[in-house]
Amino acid sequence: MSFPHRHDLETTTLLSRHQGDETARSLEGWRGLGGYEALRKAIGMSPDEITEVVKASGLRGRGGAGFPTGLKWSFMPKDDGKPHYLCCNADESEPGAFKDREIIRWTPHLLIEGCLIGARAIGSAHAYIYVRGEFFEDTRYLTAAVTEAYEGGYIGDDIMGTGWSCDLTVHTGAGAYIAGEETGLMNSLMGNRAEPWAKPPFPAQAGAFGMPTTVNNVETLSTVPGIVTEGADWYTQWGTEKSPGTKLWCCSGHLVRPGNYEFELGIPLEDIIFEACGGTPSGKPVKAVIPGGSSTAFLTGDELDCSTTYEGMQEAGSSLGTASPIVMDEDTDIVAAMRRIAQFYAHESCGQCVQCREGTSWVVRILQRIEAGDGELKDIDTLYELCEQMTGRTICVLADSVVFPLRSSLDKFRGEYEARMSPSLVAVG
Amino acid sequence: MTNGEAKRAVTLTIDGTEITVPQGTRVIEAAERVGVVVPRYCYHPGIPTRPAQCRMCLVEVEGRPKLEPSCTLQAQDEMVVHTASDTAEKARQSVIEFLLVNHPLDCPICDAAGQCMLQDYAYVTNQLESRLNEPKQVMGRDRVADDILYFADRCIICTRCVRFMRDVAEDDALIVAQRGHKAYIDTFPGRELDNPFQGNIVDVCPVGALVHEDFVFKARSWDMDATTSICPGCTTGCNVTIDTKENQIVRLKPRYNPDVNSYWMCDHGRKHLVMTNRGVRAEVPMVSVDGALQPTDWERALDHVADLVDDASGANGAAIVSANASNEDLLLLLPLLGRLDVSSIVFRVPTGETAALPTVPKLQLRADRVANAYGLELLGAERVEELPALAEGAPLVVLDDLLEGADESFGATASPFIYLGTRLPAAARNADAVLPIATFAEMDGTFTNFEGRVQRFHQALTPPGLARPGWMVLSRLLARLGEGDPLSDIGAAFDRVAGTSEPYAGLTWDSIGLKGALVSGAGATAASMGSGS
Repeated sequence: MSFPHRHDLETTTLLSRHQGDETARSLEGWRGLGGYEALRKAIGMSPDEITEVVKASGLRGRGGAGFPTGLKWSFMPKDDGKPHYLCCNADESEPGAFKDREIIRWTPHLLIEGCLIGARAIGSAHAYIYVRGEFFEDTRYLTAAVTEAYEGGYIGDDIMGTGWSCDLTVHTGAGAYIAGEETGLMNSLMGNRAEPWAKPPFPAQAGAFGMPTTVNNVETLSTVPGIVTEGADWYTQWGTEKSPGTKLWCCSGHLVRPGNYEFELGIPLEDIIFEACGGTPSGKPVKAVIPGGSSTAFLTGDELDCSTTYEGMQEAGSSLGTASPIVMDEDTDIVAAMRRIAQFYAHESCGQCVQCREGTSWVVRILQRIEAGDGELKDIDTLYELCEQMTGRTICVLADSVVFPLRSSLDKFRGEYEARMSPSLVAVG
Repeated sequence: MTNGEAKRAVTLTIDGTEITVPQGTRVIEAAERVGVVVPRYCYHPGIPTRPAQCRMCLVEVEGRPKLEPSCTLQAQDEMVVHTASDTAEKARQSVIEFLLVNHPLDCPICDAAGQCMLQDYAYVTNQLESRLNEPKQVMGRDRVADDILYFADRCIICTRCVRFMRDVAEDDALIVAQRGHKAYIDTFPGRELDNPFQGNIVDVCPVGALVHEDFVFKARSWDMDATTSICPGCTTGCNVTIDTKENQIVRLKPRYNPDVNSYWMCDHGRKHLVMTNRGVRAEVPMVSVDGALQPTDWERALDHVADLVDDASGANGAAIVSANASNEDLLLLLPLLGRLDVSSIVFRVPTGETAALPTVPKLQLRADRVANAYGLELLGAERVEELPALAEGAPLVVLDDLLEGADESFGATASPFIYLGTRLPAAARNADAVLPIATFAEMDGTFTNFEGRVQRFHQALTPPGLARPGWMVLSRLLARLGEGDPLSDIGAAFDRVAGTSEPYAGLTWDSIGLKGALVSGAGATAASMGSGS
């Protein structure tokens, strides 16, 4: 689906208001909708003022980790005489997530505006948008918009006659999931393999091209123009104290109305699944939901009355991640689903850390064997131990990303695994 | 780590021992100072980049939630590090388990067995059983360079080889291809690995993934003896270890010396010495009887030569020495030449293309492809291009010069013609006496490199037949001529060098040590020879 469904919940469409409206794509159309006024206002503010208002809004990174955006910006050194870079992470690759591409496709100028405001806040004169390689169509819209904005004087030298200058480059990746990890992204941007590097150095110390860099998600940056225009209080009217604002939701799986939605943070997850998305097409009960993209922990059908905030999802034993629930009805084979998820991460592991390189593919092979009916009960113990061995010991969190769904599926659906075991082996086991 | 300014010192505790190190020191290096070697794969002290990707050197730091890679972790004041806590050991054990998942465990046919960091740590972590219940991934074997094989199954993707080429040799020919569990080492498409220093990637490989083709299946590590030595391939004098098996040189490996070659050596040096295993050696003393050389024993040979020296009367004699002769050999030749009234000592130097390792300025394959050109000059020998013209009836002494370019009658009219050599070239058959001597690999001694660093080498092989070290032979000959006592100790031989030649004054065999010592006045003379071109 290409734009958010209308639904009967209380809806606050800040980001997705113009999605589905082709006029918003062009510079002229965007100007007609009040575009680039936020940028004009931001250029009139000092970098610190911009950072402060974003800090006050409580905006948290929408790429999955939920780190406060204003705080991240404040880590950038001041007056260090070095070039600074803003990298917009548009390498949206998390299975289940498809929100950033919609922003790029329908409102590229919103993203450009957000990038420029972010660049101003961190003292950058050059912003990059790193777009996932497979986003051919979206990249076309984005580069067309950037060209238009350059020609219209909204990017480049002396933006809108204010005397402030900033360049913006669209860079496409080659389709590696790991290029969405911020240091992997910067390595890829620099022409290296998209391999995450061990921090320190942190991006704010030495990031892209060895210079202080901030990496922000598409949705995060696209939220910034609204906050700059309307103020922090306007933004905090939605959501909770720790999770203010609204969030795009990418709902997929066994749903009557899958697709993109925008909700105020904090509404119950079950409302999203059953009311907005209409529940399962089969009418059967929901067996499991992976709420935040495939790297988050499984919730069972009984655990869906949780609050869709960063803290609420954590309380429920999972995480908000990229807010991309994958819904599975009663007939879903959890072992097969988990095997498929693990295959994805094994395929996308960059191969630096041994726990991830060997661990992910080992997990896949065990799961394949269990799925084929050749498993043994002790495989479950081995899987648990591999979870332990793969957690928190690697450069980035890709290995952990397998562990969250794997461990939770073992915890919550152990019976399904056991039922797949070879009967002869179960009997002696 | 010296950059001119004094660095602040920090004090930390590693495994219960307090140690003070300069700020910026990494924990893995600080640990070595207290005698703790943190297991590592991707870290190599000679490679500047530290990706911290093997996760083997993870250590526990008090107050930090996660284990930290000690290769990148900077030592800080009051840091308390446990390199072998339960958590750290468990993590390390799991790294080994993961590394072994797809490792073929073909140690019985692997050339690295016995010198393999994976094998070592697998034993240390005592993992006798594998939990792997699936077939291993098979990747096969490839050739990354003309002379280097790559066994992909054994590779643990530490990327030392890639980073040596990229960051030390500054020739980014190697890459990691593919990713995840399919990753392997390869050359860039359309590019070949062809670098004069590429052999070092075999040395840095912590497992048996990269192997020199001329070494493959040749020797088990426990069947080889290792001897500290100096590469005689050029005037750089790289510190090396000579690996021998059954009295043959099997391979050379670089030996760390920060003042000469760091951790590296060039491929020319690595290969050319192995060739010396070949060829026919002079093995018995011989004296000329009725115009033909006849084998004899040392007593008779030396008596005969002493007589020849006593009887010599011709003027304008010549001495031709090999530029690979040791300082001791030449020094002990000098009194003999004095007795023969020979004042012209010459040596020739074969030359070749130069090659430099960009990040280690001193390490170059120098044009002069000999070990001791500078040392010979210090002792009064003169470098020449051509063999000297011989005066009729004048004495001629040759010390292991193979007399290339000489015609068959060379030296036939010399009187006497004494040939000390490792081999017997055609012209040497004109000699009145042939004394078989040892190659540098068959004895102890010193060479002085291009910048005046005198360095020790040690005996790696047994000399063939009756061949003996030149200095030993000469000292016995001199004793017969009433010039001092016979020497059987290299220390005493070097003392003679130090006592005779001003630049060596004050040095002793022991004080030279294994890292060499600069002779006095080195540098001024060396400057003119520095580039070797």
